[in-house]
Amino acid sequence: MTAPARRRRPNLAVLGLTPFALYVLLFLAVPTVLAVTTGFFDKKGGFTLDNVSALFTPQVLSTFLSSFWVSGVTAVVGAVVGALVCYALLGTRPEGALRQSINSASSVLAQFGGVMLAFAFIATIGVQGIITVTLKNLGVDLYADGVWLYQVPGLLLPYLYFQVPLMVITFLPALEGLKPQWAEANATLGGSRLTFWVRVAGPILAPSFFGSLLLLFANAFSSYATAAALISQGSQIVPLQIRSALISETVLGRSNLAGALALGMIVVMVVVMFGYSLLQSKTARWQR
Amino acid sequence: MDATSRGATVELTEVVKNYGTGAPALDTLSLHARPGEFVALLGPSGCGKTTALRTVAGLEAVTSGSISIDGRDVTDQPTNKRDLGMVFQSYSLFPHLDAQANVEFGLRMRRVPAGERRERALGALEMVGLGGFGSRFAHQLSGGQQQRVALARALVTRPRVLLLDEPLSALDAKVRVQLREEIRRIQTELGITTLFVTHDQEEALAVADRVAVMRAGRIEQIGTPEALYTQPQTPFVAEFIGLSNRLPGTVRGGFVEVYGVELPLLDPTVAPGPVTVALRPEDVEIVSEGALAGVVVSTSFLGSLRRSTVRLPDDTLLAVQHAVGLRTAPGERVALRFTGACVSVKHEENP
Repeated sequence: MTAPARRRRPNLAVLGLTPFALYVLLFLAVPTVLAVTTGFFDKKGGFTLDNVSALFTPQVLSTFLSSFWVSGVTAVVGAVVGALVCYALLGTRPEGALRQSINSASSVLAQFGGVMLAFAFIATIGVQGIITVTLKNLGVDLYADGVWLYQVPGLLLPYLYFQVPLMVITFLPALEGLKPQWAEANATLGGSRLTFWVRVAGPILAPSFFGSLLLLFANAFSSYATAAALISQGSQIVPLQIRSALISETVLGRSNLAGALALGMIVVMVVVMFGYSLLQSKTARWQR
Repeated sequence: MDATSRGATVELTEVVKNYGTGAPALDTLSLHARPGEFVALLGPSGCGKTTALRTVAGLEAVTSGSISIDGRDVTDQPTNKRDLGMVFQSYSLFPHLDAQANVEFGLRMRRVPAGERRERALGALEMVGLGGFGSRFAHQLSGGQQQRVALARALVTRPRVLLLDEPLSALDAKVRVQLREEIRRIQTELGITTLFVTHDQEEALAVADRVAVMRAGRIEQIGTPEALYTQPQTPFVAEFIGLSNRLPGTVRGGFVEVYGVELPLLDPTVAPGPVTVALRPEDVEIVSEGALAGVVVSTSFLGSLRRSTVRLPDDTLLAVQHAVGLRTAPGERVALRFTGACVSVKHEENP
């Protein structure tokens, strides 16, 4: 006699996710699909691959390269500086005021992008910024070789402003997860402090470090508001080129190109986030 | 793994460890472990047993005193130069390395050639019963298996001293007993001097050559398990080792009188007067008739024996250990007889 099939009780708690799921569906999934599909149609609504093939034109490719460059540089510098901050914080008490306040400040500053951040830089190192003017009076001209703040290189400093804190909040838990017994086991087995960092802590932290680095890359790659506030003219990075394609009929003449650019960005983001989740799952397994 | 290890003497001389907060964690602690000896450090939480072990490992610096291994002063020597093996309470395997690479770690630090490294690591895994588990990672092993790998890792370098910091406390009861016997077997085979920290008295008594009972940073008594059990020198040791009844008594003329029964004193120098007596449950017998009687409150079956709790006329509860065949029932009136010596006495005015 077979046992009667046990009826599974529906989990009503899942219903609590409904509002969020609807919100994501209506304002993220649907617009994304619409934006991407527009890339496959022309102005008259006919199917075309012209927009997608435009992704491979020198102008668009160089914009993607600029985006990669800004994202890559700020991700690497942000990751290294952020990791050093985390390492320094390890020497402080976990419940101490210093670690807690830096942690809290990082959580806020990691989201501190956009017009506010752009204004902060314009007010300080803009052409008429207080630091620029003060230095000029002292004989140092920040812009002797051109006004770089409003160009692609000018994005590096503002981006680092939120990249470093983002690294702190994502990497600090991994560093805190290093068990003291690993260092002690290393020592009792004859290992030195250097051995511990090279052979134990380094390999254990590597997935977290590179996972965080990928997150920083994705964060910079998809960032729009800070760049838009600083750079009002031109399409130096992909989000700004999407803006141009959407609002300008003259520059490229194809508003549907925005959809194709969005598709390109989504492909990059999917690859990055896939790598991130792979690394994260490895880390989670180790720190169980 | 071949049994080429040789134990060293371990000597702690008046070691003080002060964290600067309250009483010292170690208070002029002295301990001498002979080559090849298995010494258990036993005591309640906070008694300093783990701190003592960590000072031997060099993981804690001592405030004063000295530590020597095989006659060589290592007090100021860093951990990685002390040639020790250590197993920790929480599984401390490196999670990014498989079991074999974990075991090879110490050999790699000693620049042992790859071929020999591999051979010795596999031998060590075989010795702890994990042959064929070399490619497993920590997260693919049970708690007991992880501790076996940790033991193999600690022993593969053939250290002269093995330090075990409550290595069994995170394991379930069955695995704990199994592993402690294996640890003892391997230790005996290799002849390695071992310091074993535990708060479990049964564990300490079962495996150690000598047990050091610690209290407030000092060794209260050190001796063979049998000596500690039968001849505790202080009331603390008597109460900490084994189960004891605490009964009112009076010392007079070299004996202690308990409920009208005269019992010999372990320490005949105890001053006369009212005392609290510690008496083992196995030193009380249920008899058919006698002067002392009580009513059975509860009885429990413990496998090879039975233990009953009897309420005496003055409401004192007395645990009695007896044969499984002798059945008692709650409410039953029974007569009692004291068969052994009391293990310790404590003057009431000096609790």
